[in-house]
Amino acid sequence: MPSKTIDVDALARVEGEGALNLKIKDRKVTEAKLRIYEPPRFFEAFLRGRHFTEAPDITARICGICPIAYQMSSVHAMENACGVQVEGSLRELRRLIYCGEWIESHALHIYMLHAPDFLGYDNVLQIARDSPKIVQRGLRLKKIGNELVTLLGGREIHPINVRVGGFYKVPTKQELTPIGEELKWARKAAEETIQWVAGFKFPNFEQEYEYVALRHPGEYPFNEGNLVSSNGLNIPIKDYEENFIEEHVAHSNSLHSHMKNGRTYITGPMARLNLNFDKLSPSARKAAKQAGLKPPCRNPFKSIIARGVETLHACDEALRIIKEYTPPAEPAVRVSPRDGTGYGCTEAPRGILYHRYAINKEGTILEAKIVPPTSQNQARIEEDLKHFVEKHLRLTTEKLTWQCEQLIRNYDPCISCATHYLKLNIEREQV
Amino acid sequence: MAKKQKPKLAVWKFSSCDGCQLSILDCEDELLSVVGEVDVSYFLEASSMVRKGPYDVSLVEGSITTAHDVERIQTARQESKLLVTIGACATAGGIQALRNFKDVKEFISAVYAKPEYIETLSTSTPISEHIKVDFELRGCPINKNQLLEVINATLNRRAPNIHHYSVCMECKLRGTTCVMVAHGTPCLGPVTQAGCGAICPSYNRGCYACFGPKETPNTASMSTWLKHLGMKDEDLIRTYRTFNAYAEPFRKESEAHAK
Repeated sequence: MPSKTIDVDALARVEGEGALNLKIKDRKVTEAKLRIYEPPRFFEAFLRGRHFTEAPDITARICGICPIAYQMSSVHAMENACGVQVEGSLRELRRLIYCGEWIESHALHIYMLHAPDFLGYDNVLQIARDSPKIVQRGLRLKKIGNELVTLLGGREIHPINVRVGGFYKVPTKQELTPIGEELKWARKAAEETIQWVAGFKFPNFEQEYEYVALRHPGEYPFNEGNLVSSNGLNIPIKDYEENFIEEHVAHSNSLHSHMKNGRTYITGPMARLNLNFDKLSPSARKAAKQAGLKPPCRNPFKSIIARGVETLHACDEALRIIKEYTPPAEPAVRVSPRDGTGYGCTEAPRGILYHRYAINKEGTILEAKIVPPTSQNQARIEEDLKHFVEKHLRLTTEKLTWQCEQLIRNYDPCISCATHYLKLNIEREQV
Repeated sequence: MAKKQKPKLAVWKFSSCDGCQLSILDCEDELLSVVGEVDVSYFLEASSMVRKGPYDVSLVEGSITTAHDVERIQTARQESKLLVTIGACATAGGIQALRNFKDVKEFISAVYAKPEYIETLSTSTPISEHIKVDFELRGCPINKNQLLEVINATLNRRAPNIHHYSVCMECKLRGTTCVMVAHGTPCLGPVTQAGCGAICPSYNRGCYACFGPKETPNTASMSTWLKHLGMKDEDLIRTYRTFNAYAEPFRKESEAHAK
């Protein structure tokens, strides 16, 4: 029985540094480890002693790809600790800036990180050489997402305008008008994107997942709602830690999450779409159905279509908010600190991002807990890899390696967030 | 006629949030023309294709926080003709350099259940503490127009046109009323290097120094003014200890108030 070891140094087209180790013996995967070796940065430790108003600026630096998600989860948690609920136009502006981040992050992932896998390219630049118009569409779509974040946040990466209680400055109705025109083009581009990716060839691979996402009675979730799962879980976000457990495993600087019963779960666009299909904008729902995507969808490779659908939804939602917008009386509501604990959980582009802070009445942070989406998906990604590899042992090592990387990218892992990154190492012992 | 060989570009990542290298992909209008001029030979966030060095230009993101990275940065230097660091992590150690003021062991046990699994250095240090750096581009995150200027200058063998004056200059250039003078809002603009375009004051917010200290900053005078506005020593320490906490002028000023 010859044995084989395959090394691919560092997985590309993911955010951060990671590696994958697979051991195969007697047609069985004996070990599947997604190793995250991105060095730890200790945010939860150095947040202690900082002022509660600093959390949105500091936690944004966990991730350059989804800083809005960190800002939103932290401001909601702080307001929760202080007994403040932000309503009306300020709440709408928070949804609007999140639309921008979803459009930017999803367009980045669809066009630049994931599509090359389906089309047999190493990168988007090669796609641009053969199909420049498609890439130009992706870049403009991404740019419009970034423009929306910049308009409301001051800049696309680590925006400066988000604060506990609201914003430093809010736009006039007139200032939102030009981006509205851009978004009309973007929603068409999103529709074309869905049609484009729906035509890709998807590996035949379906799994039983427990999907977890926020659910809100009135809207597709961004900042608020209960945590629900495809197996019937329905809890307020403050009960998160009673239902989900983080575990520290030796091969990763990211903590692995499980449900309390030991099961793994999945969060992100596929989870949101499966659990909130009825809350999509009518045109996003229609486009999803036309692309053959409706619940229950269990093929993780089709997450690229789900990202397209959510991009369209985000354009529709942004257009709605802009149309109905009237500027708030004040750019922020007053938030006075008090002794207590606050919880925030919002839908980052790649899934639920949970924050908990204990603060005192002087406004000093006493304790911080942050659970990013990638560390929640990590254990289930490892299971996916095990099942996928066992089903596809006939493939050449080169092809198998390619598809394993593609499988990991289905989840748009953000390893900078989770470090708590990818090197592929397959050891084969087979007949 | 033989085709001129394009310069080889590499992008290296150390401890960081990936935001500065994302700035390259965020140049949506310029990306295809930039990559028309260079051979993107090593850029893992964007491409699975890896060409071996040596590289003509390397962009380095992130700070040094592990023993392995202490060695890897030497390789990056050996493989690169010109090496440019991008962002506050690479130029000053980043927000993760807050550990430099504390006991890292306590930090590890605060975050991880099994500290024995974690390999890390007790400090987060800028790239220039380890190797010779040809140019440092500031910012948390970097400004993409400045990045394009540095790439352009490097490819055309000229010095980058990057100013080292303060954010105040940029406020004056864009006509923003001084938030400190007019509204009494604490602002680090006077001691912070320009480059962002003075965004915060234009949003009615004081600068929080994400581009790090300007050339010869008068931090002592800055602190006096901030005290006039009601800040206490502990507030000043926090104010200087953010994304460029380990940059010397900010480090020293924060230490002066920690005594």
